[in-house]
Amino acid sequence: MKFTEQQLTEVGQIIARYPEGRQKSALLPVLHMAQQEFGGWLSAETMDYVASLLHLEPIEVYEVATFYSMYNLKPVGKYLFEVCHTGPCMLNGSDDIVDYIYEKLGIRPGETTADGMFTLKTAECLGACGYAPMMQLGMHYREHLTKEKVDSIIEECRKNAASVN
Amino acid sequence: MGRKLLLEKAHIEGIRGYDVYRREGGYRSVEKALKTMSPDAITEEVKKSGLRGRGGAGFPTGMKWSFLAKPEGIPRYLVVNADESEPGTFKDRYLMEFIPHLLIEGMIVSSFALGSRVSYIYIRGEYAWIVGILEQAIAEAKNNGWLGKNILGSGFDCEIYVQRGAGAYICGEETALLESLEGKRGNPRIKPPFPAVKGLWDCPTVVNNVETIAAVVPIINEGGDAYSKIGVGRSTGTKLISACGNINKPGVYEIDMTISVEEFIYSDEYCGGIARGKRLKACIPGGSSVPILPANLLLKTAKGETRYMNYESLSDGGFATGSMMGSGGFIVLDEDQCVVRHTYTLARFYRHESCGQCSPCREGTGWMEKILLNIEKGKGKMSDINLLWDIQRKIEGNTICPLGDAAAWPVAAAIRHFRDEFEWHVENPEECLRKNYGLANYARPIQPAPVGEGAGTA
Ligand SMILES: Cc1cc2nc3c(=O)[nH]c(=O)nc-3n(C[C@H](O)[C@H](O)[C@H](O)COP(=O)(O)O)c2cc1C
Ligand code: SF4
Ligand code: FES
Repeated sequence: MKFTEQQLTEVGQIIARYPEGRQKSALLPVLHMAQQEFGGWLSAETMDYVASLLHLEPIEVYEVATFYSMYNLKPVGKYLFEVCHTGPCMLNGSDDIVDYIYEKLGIRPGETTADGMFTLKTAECLGACGYAPMMQLGMHYREHLTKEKVDSIIEECRKNAASVN
Repeated sequence: MGRKLLLEKAHIEGIRGYDVYRREGGYRSVEKALKTMSPDAITEEVKKSGLRGRGGAGFPTGMKWSFLAKPEGIPRYLVVNADESEPGTFKDRYLMEFIPHLLIEGMIVSSFALGSRVSYIYIRGEYAWIVGILEQAIAEAKNNGWLGKNILGSGFDCEIYVQRGAGAYICGEETALLESLEGKRGNPRIKPPFPAVKGLWDCPTVVNNVETIAAVVPIINEGGDAYSKIGVGRSTGTKLISACGNINKPGVYEIDMTISVEEFIYSDEYCGGIARGKRLKACIPGGSSVPILPANLLLKTAKGETRYMNYESLSDGGFATGSMMGSGGFIVLDEDQCVVRHTYTLARFYRHESCGQCSPCREGTGWMEKILLNIEKGKGKMSDINLLWDIQRKIEGNTICPLGDAAAWPVAAAIRHFRDEFEWHVENPEECLRKNYGLANYARPIQPAPVGEGAGTA
């Protein structure tokens, strides 16, 4: 497990944003990079590697990784659907979207499909309340969700996966 | 049409890029500030403008800036709070996505005023794509000489960096934000010391909301006095409101704070009325933390006066019959919505987001969530309603940071104004699973509002 040279340069650039000796501030951004690079979640091995890069004790990394909801501490499917279900989204039918995903993929929040393709999670307000119901998928938001939109997102993911393999 | 100071140009084609932004008059405030003003004079203009923090608490910005400690030889920092995670709030996102240079411009002027040579934007981790938009704007500003060394020959050096959070509402609280920016868990600090004295890496720090810092641009361009004349009383300038829930036109609106709540909800210029021709039941006017109001208390104050979209009018009546401007997250519930269920989702939110440092907040939020879920599912007892009331009272004011209050207030207001709906759930355990309580008398004496032609029929 190791970042590429280019990624290591990026880590160096991140550390350079902070004053001398404050490289711990790079922890959140570097954990994001590590999660993306090493399989979509943070294993103990990944966290130890990040600790060594930033000259931190492993416990300092575990403490942080367990605090923030975006760090996955267990493996997740290739595509992670995070459906917001807080008040404003609930008012606009987010529960129906969660149910529909179950109908389509047979997964409840917290579960992953047997083929490891999809994981469903519920999320708390993602700052898209006016465009509800919505989900986060990777770096982007999918908003104004309908059953048809969910169908096409699932289709799109399957196609992407097929073209990568 | 109200005055627009922030979003007026947000829809011009290409405004996200530097060239169009500059052509439209962008970065004039930096020229004016760095070439003709002293840092103290800028703070003075901000004071005169009456600008109040747009992050939720409404603290006067100029006053906050004047509290910043300035010990010799110690760096000072400006940190922009772009954590935006209060349910109902999505205005900062809009500003950063559509007109990112406005934030960067405001940050350069503010950094100069505060003496911050390195300033940070702390953005919630989920806004991942906006990080790229901001970094692009920063790079463009730097290439054009607005950032870097000796900006405009003024001798002032400044860099701006974007720091991405990783999913934690509590990191919007300013001291938790600073902890997070230091690479730690987002546990709020005990105040004092305040960030103005001991903030980021123990250095004096100002934390301001995105919209607050963007508002510095028109204040410097037009002068603090001119800005203070827009709006009414202590609600000066314009305010971004993110409107959502059961309305025809959810979205982000820049209002001048003289319009009435009724106009905001029903006018086609703003929310465009209640969706699907339904009637208004209730509204949380300033983000999930502020008290929910039934329609009758929302549109008119308890004294029967028109309620306006500004700090004073929204809080008229205190918590007994009023609410708050808060973060400007305007959540509308129509007649078909269940207040118990909505309150339950908010309680769940606060339990999820509690950092766990204080027992009243950690234990109380979880307890309230469980009780609310029981009531919602028809498994509640009458005594649960009083129990909820007691729990929220024991949280409020007894915690390190205001998240405890933020969790308590929505529950308190829901019981205060919608107690009959809670009781109905308890008395009708079967029926409440199939249907909602409905409008009851919450909308009296307001007439069912006419729905504009075409509205809600789509
Ligand atoms: C739990 C909690 C969450 C908060 N979230 C935000 C936020 O997302 N954005 C924000 O600007 N302020 C937030 N605040 C308020 C900040 O602590 C701080 O008052 C604000 O950033 C100051 O900026 P302003 O004076 O420009 O409003 C939050 C406060 C609390 C207690
Ligand atoms: S009130 Fe809640 S969120 Fe705030 S410090 Fe205490 S436990 Fe943490
Ligand atoms: S409530 Fe779902 S994005 Fe805000």
